[in-house]
Amino acid sequence: MSRRLWLLALLLVAIHLAAVLAGFVSPYDPTAQDREHPYAPPVHLHWRDAGGLHLRPFVFAQTSTDLYSYADDRSAIYPLRFLVHGSPYSVLGVIHSNLHFAGVDDPATLHLLGTDGFGRDVLARLLYGGQISLLAGLLATAISLLAGALVGGLSGFYGGWADESLMGCSELFLALPWLYLLFAVRAFLPLHLGPGQAFLLLIAIIGMIGWARPARLVRGLVLSGKTRNYVLAARGFGASDTYLLRRHILPETAGLLLTQSALLIPQYIAAEASLSFFGLGVSEPTPSWGNMLSVLQQYNVLVSYWWLLAPAVALLVTSVTYGLIASALQQRLESATA
Amino acid sequence: MGVRKQLLWLLLCATCWAAAPAPQPLQAGEETAIAAGPTGTYGGRLVVGQRSEPKSLNPITAADLVSREVYARMNADLIHINRSTQQTEPALAKSWKVSPDGRVYTLKLRRGVRFSDGHPFDADDVVFSFQLYLDEKLNSPQRDLLVINGKPLAVAKLDQYTVRFTLASPYAAAERIFDGLAILPRHLLESAYKEGKLAQSWTLNTPPAQIAGLGPFRLKEYVPGQRIVLERNPYYWKTDTAHHRLPYLDELVFTSVGTEDAQILRFQAGDIDMLNRVSAENFLLLEKQRRDAQLVDLGPALEYNFLVFNLNDLSGRKLDAIARKQAWFSDVRFRQAISAAVDRDGLVRLVFGNHGAPLWGNVSPGNKLWVDQSLAHPRQSRDRAMQLLKEAGFTWTVEGELRDRNRNPVEFSILTSSSSAPRTRMATLLQEDLGRIGIKVNVVSLDFRAMLDRVFNSFDYEAAIMGLGGGDADPNPEMNVWLSSGSTHLWHLGEKQPATGWEAQLDRLMQQQMVTLNYGRRKKLYDQAQQIIAEDVPFVFLGTPNVLTAAKAQVGNFHPALLDPYTLWNADQLYLRGGGAAGK
Repeated sequence: MSRRLWLLALLLVAIHLAAVLAGFVSPYDPTAQDREHPYAPPVHLHWRDAGGLHLRPFVFAQTSTDLYSYADDRSAIYPLRFLVHGSPYSVLGVIHSNLHFAGVDDPATLHLLGTDGFGRDVLARLLYGGQISLLAGLLATAISLLAGALVGGLSGFYGGWADESLMGCSELFLALPWLYLLFAVRAFLPLHLGPGQAFLLLIAIIGMIGWARPARLVRGLVLSGKTRNYVLAARGFGASDTYLLRRHILPETAGLLLTQSALLIPQYIAAEASLSFFGLGVSEPTPSWGNMLSVLQQYNVLVSYWWLLAPAVALLVTSVTYGLIASALQQRLESATA
Repeated sequence: MGVRKQLLWLLLCATCWAAAPAPQPLQAGEETAIAAGPTGTYGGRLVVGQRSEPKSLNPITAADLVSREVYARMNADLIHINRSTQQTEPALAKSWKVSPDGRVYTLKLRRGVRFSDGHPFDADDVVFSFQLYLDEKLNSPQRDLLVINGKPLAVAKLDQYTVRFTLASPYAAAERIFDGLAILPRHLLESAYKEGKLAQSWTLNTPPAQIAGLGPFRLKEYVPGQRIVLERNPYYWKTDTAHHRLPYLDELVFTSVGTEDAQILRFQAGDIDMLNRVSAENFLLLEKQRRDAQLVDLGPALEYNFLVFNLNDLSGRKLDAIARKQAWFSDVRFRQAISAAVDRDGLVRLVFGNHGAPLWGNVSPGNKLWVDQSLAHPRQSRDRAMQLLKEAGFTWTVEGELRDRNRNPVEFSILTSSSSAPRTRMATLLQEDLGRIGIKVNVVSLDFRAMLDRVFNSFDYEAAIMGLGGGDADPNPEMNVWLSSGSTHLWHLGEKQPATGWEAQLDRLMQQQMVTLNYGRRKKLYDQAQQIIAEDVPFVFLGTPNVLTAAKAQVGNFHPALLDPYTLWNADQLYLRGGGAAGK
């Protein structure tokens, strides 16, 4: 059970690490258009040819036979080369480099997950898009849990009119049809908002709207927590409100917040994806899983270019991993309190 | 199949036939028109998909394309533009004479023609119809066409079969304005008009018996949310070359399907017989999957897609940031540089899947009669773009970012409509092209209406990718765009007088071509206008898609045309091979 949790956590770390190191892992720049190779299918790695087995995998160059159809040019092989210099990138804005994990010589290409309609590398876009989508999930969750813990804590601890007004407010937020709200918000945004700013604003909005549910859960815990004997005893010894909240009551909610975060993160990743899907999130050419998926709205793309479904797979894997972690945490929490 | 079954089948067919009115035998003295082309066979129903339901069947008030697609099949005009030849041909007017000064048109009407309810047609119906189109209270969208230089044309009945139209000033190719102006039955609509209820008449719910027209089809039934069924007009005034009265089809059915993708799916499933216009991606898909269908690529369409910069007068609008950028946009060298930086070949490949053409001017190569063949077609050149920018006083930082004279970074946003996938794709390509000369471009895709509001009303945008044209091959419908006072003079709306010298010259040329009756002289004037437009780049022209259409193999006489309505223009001659049953 604990081992499973570790494995899941490891997988999650791997996913996030791949996103962070996107520049190094992917051989290409996510926005570079290769106009000679639109909708190129994934390149196959080969180990053997007529000459026998090769130690180092190689690829064939893809030549365009007709528009959007490609054939391998088997006249020459292009072995994979490791640690090559290519397009510049930065990791977390700190490390600047142009060193990539792998690459091949021109005219061959290393589009391991194919290209999109502009000839952009899908793998690079998937990894860079992961930065946006995963970060959106984490940041928005942090915001909503922080707000939720604060509001729920205050409301549960002090009760009375503060409790009633805050919880009334949370009910209102839960009842809001927030997808429409976001559509409205985007229409009001000025045109000059860069993709980065629009992204941060959207995260703030997703996070702010999501505080209501955790707030109600935290309030419930605080409400029961503040009547425990040791809390009453501490109060009897003259402990202040802040001391009680900090020392005894809020730590009670830590397990809940952890489970909630495992639940909320994939939810918010999906929220970012759906907003981008509708064109409300980050705009071109910056990739995110959502705006990568939005081309699949077109029937011909959906039936012709299966490799563009890659972000859906990534989204699924990430969400399921988070979901499993959430349930494992939940079980742990229950067995600990039981 | 047993004998009894066969009998049943025959009976069933017989009832089907009874449901569709048989074409009336030709009457003595009836002046029919003969439609050229191979003859077909009677029977069957043809199903066409539409994006949405028509709003109305009233030709006076319905402005949307979907409604027009339906009511145009139920009505006829006096003089028609043959979509295939792009030239005018006699319709309800069997002939016409133009006075030497080009102001008076005398039209002879066909005798013995009847409306789809059997009522005879004559000059009174023509005078009545034009009274409706010109009535300011009805505010018909066609009224604009009939008002030339601020004065409406005058209509007079000379005798039962002769009508005279008088224009306030000469107007080149004036006979083209009659195209699409439906002649309406006075006997059905006059009382509604007198009661002031004309705008509310002929809705989708009007009983079919109260609607009549001169087109090849008449209304049979309307099933809300599903379909509109038109049946043969048994009195239609056209015959084929073997003197059989048209149309061939028993029924023409319009179903509302929704998006183009949904239409493709229904076409694949066989529910729809014809696709009016298909995007390049879907056309490629059909080429792969439906080899049996008739897939027709007609070559470059007449419309043009372009990038336009906001050069509107922004004083008093609190749009200072945009006003500052207008210093760049108003410099012709800046616009020329942008044009030089655009990779039009890549655009045609990636946006139109090679089913399209690059554009350097407002007239598409598909418009063979009017395109200026001498227009230069420079290829993408980063060097030329940078040279032009240098001349205009721009500089680059060490990182390659463009700076203006005041060291401000050159950055602007391009507005596109989120509903137009091709234009959004063009924006993404432009973003990269302009990035290569150091210009940072943000693409903002908005809902179509929100975008139009910014372009036409609030002027709160920097640049936009839009599309125009495609209505007719003639230059006159383009007047709205190129006259400085025009309602779609997009880059600078509401100019009191031309803001620049070249706009003044463009005004003169466009006005002059409008009153020049000789084609050769008119072409020269329009060529000059095209040169100015290409040189001074009010629009950075990008490209035009090909007109791509598809129909099932059984559809006979399928001859789509470059002009709207691409496939249905010869609906009266369409037929189903192998008899009607194949189409069901």
